[in-house]
Amino acid sequence: MISIKNLHKSYKMGDSSLHVLKGIDIEVGEGELVAIMGSSGSGKSTLLNILGMLDLLDEGEYRLDNVMIKNLNETTAANYRNKFLGFVFQSFNLINYKTALENVSLPLYYQGLGRKIRQEKALEYLEKVGLKEWASHLPSELSGGQKQRVAIARALASQPKVLLADEPTGALDSKTSMEVMALIQQINNEGKTILVVTHELDIAQMCKRVVTLKDGVIVKDEKVKQVIVPTHV
Amino acid sequence: MLYEMNSLKVLFDFDTWQEIFGSIAKNKTRTIITVIGVLWGIFIYITLAGAAKGLDNGFEREFQDMAMNSMFVWPQRTSVPYAGFKVGRNPRFTISNVNDLKMQIPEIKYIAPRSARGVFGGSPPASVVFKDKSSTYNIYGDFPEYTKISTKKIYKGGRFINEQDQKNERKVCVIGERTKEELFEEDEEPVGKYIRINNVFFQVIGVHKYIEGGGFETDGDIFIPFNTFRNLYNTGDKLDWFTIAAYPDADVVAVEKKVKAVLKKIHRIAPEDERAIGSFNIGELFNRISGFANGMTFLSLVVGLATILAGVIGIGNILLISVKERTKELGVRRALGATPGEVRTQILLESVFLTTIAGIIGIILGAGVLAIINFMTRGITDYPYTNPTVPIPYVIGALITMVALGTLIGLIPAQRAVSIKPIDALREE
Repeated sequence: MISIKNLHKSYKMGDSSLHVLKGIDIEVGEGELVAIMGSSGSGKSTLLNILGMLDLLDEGEYRLDNVMIKNLNETTAANYRNKFLGFVFQSFNLINYKTALENVSLPLYYQGLGRKIRQEKALEYLEKVGLKEWASHLPSELSGGQKQRVAIARALASQPKVLLADEPTGALDSKTSMEVMALIQQINNEGKTILVVTHELDIAQMCKRVVTLKDGVIVKDEKVKQVIVPTHV
Repeated sequence: MLYEMNSLKVLFDFDTWQEIFGSIAKNKTRTIITVIGVLWGIFIYITLAGAAKGLDNGFEREFQDMAMNSMFVWPQRTSVPYAGFKVGRNPRFTISNVNDLKMQIPEIKYIAPRSARGVFGGSPPASVVFKDKSSTYNIYGDFPEYTKISTKKIYKGGRFINEQDQKNERKVCVIGERTKEELFEEDEEPVGKYIRINNVFFQVIGVHKYIEGGGFETDGDIFIPFNTFRNLYNTGDKLDWFTIAAYPDADVVAVEKKVKAVLKKIHRIAPEDERAIGSFNIGELFNRISGFANGMTFLSLVVGLATILAGVIGIGNILLISVKERTKELGVRRALGATPGEVRTQILLESVFLTTIAGIIGIILGAGVLAIINFMTRGITDYPYTNPTVPIPYVIGALITMVALGTLIGLIPAQRAVSIKPIDALREE
């Protein structure tokens, strides 16, 4: 599903340049649940940004579902993101003046789907994350865990090939973190490829594979015994 | 290609508008204040332009009974010795001057000589008697052409002096409203009756309706045929003044100069004598006044446009702030698959939508104020103001200008929104 070869990325900081990713090679197959671990500054967020086509790579090769991701202009990048990727952010990033339902249907709007289909689909995904009853509520009326579940529903609504989650539990307490991870596991069990960036070991162990980054290189890449989170804690 | 196809569709798409409403409604107070900026601009423009038009219409009403390019010319005293004559001579115009003027100045359309009693001092007004009532009134000796230059409204059943009256020196007269009131009983029909003017019987042929603003004439004036006047007062070929109307496309000031030159030559007045012949040029006055009204219209256009521009810049400014505030939201939209084009269109349409709504409300309010002004000035006749309106093309033009300006100014925040990189917008701080 994802194939990265010899990926390099550096940022210019005035005169000097900061070499953040120094040759990453990684293959992620369909249906995998991969945790990308590392302390801050290890380059894990940069890697996720490149995977999410929010940032461009300097050197190397990135294939997503056998499509070479290269020389993207903003418009194609936007279309690819819309078609291939679903994003889950640490701070949820829901649009605060839109209801849960409208937030979930937003990527479908950018896919150009009709209004009715959008609402049906959005409702379907809200139901999937257990928030059908909350469809007409604004984000401000939801708890942190509920917000993240709405965000996951939004990420899933466009039926992406890969779900990219950047510290999805970073802003949540441990109980709601469990709920969110249970949901992520459930979605993964249904066959979705998911990458989770985290710096918490217990969250990483809820995935099937853990890739550890340090100073811009992969230092460890191993399959782990997944800790299954019970659906109802 | 895909985007271009979408760009037209996007305008008529309910969802586009829902997105725009959503983001505009997010900060209601700010939106309302922004809208008021533009609304005020178009409101000022509409009100000013309408008010200027009202003034214009008012002036036009004042002059409606006079040919716009007409003038009066009368003799005064000479002030320069010439051809053996001393100063202080009183030249008198004569009936033969009419032909001289017509022959030498082709721009003249109508020329009506007039004589009068009771108007310019000197001569006393005529005493007029009907049955047991009597009073004094000003008497004018007129040609039928006079109504071509200065409209006379005659009450139903009557008429003005005609060619036959003139030719046969008939003793007929047109009396004023006041004359009728003072000499006749309320239900008495004056037309056909005989009144005595300076002890000569005249048949009344019409009653003229008095119209305000027409110079020195009053509601008691009596008009009789010029030739009858000659006989009555034994004035011979002499007359008091000319009323002249030029063709509509003629330059009235030039015609006035020519008329004076011709008359000076005939009556042996020094060409440089400015005081020997008096004149009052309605055409010139009208041109000056309509120039003033045009100036007012132009001023209102400039002020209005400047105010609109200030308002539109305000909208651009607010949208710029709004884009900055919404950096994160726009980043999320981009991450979810919004193309730069879609983001640009959204911000642009927000700008255009706000300006258009503001414009329409401003036009409605302006029209409302004009309607109130119109209502309050409806009965007023002693002040040149009537029917303040703004021509529809001006209104549409203002609206188009605003939408165009809204689009132009919207380009700045739209470009700003597009230049936000989703990665920067989404960076967790």
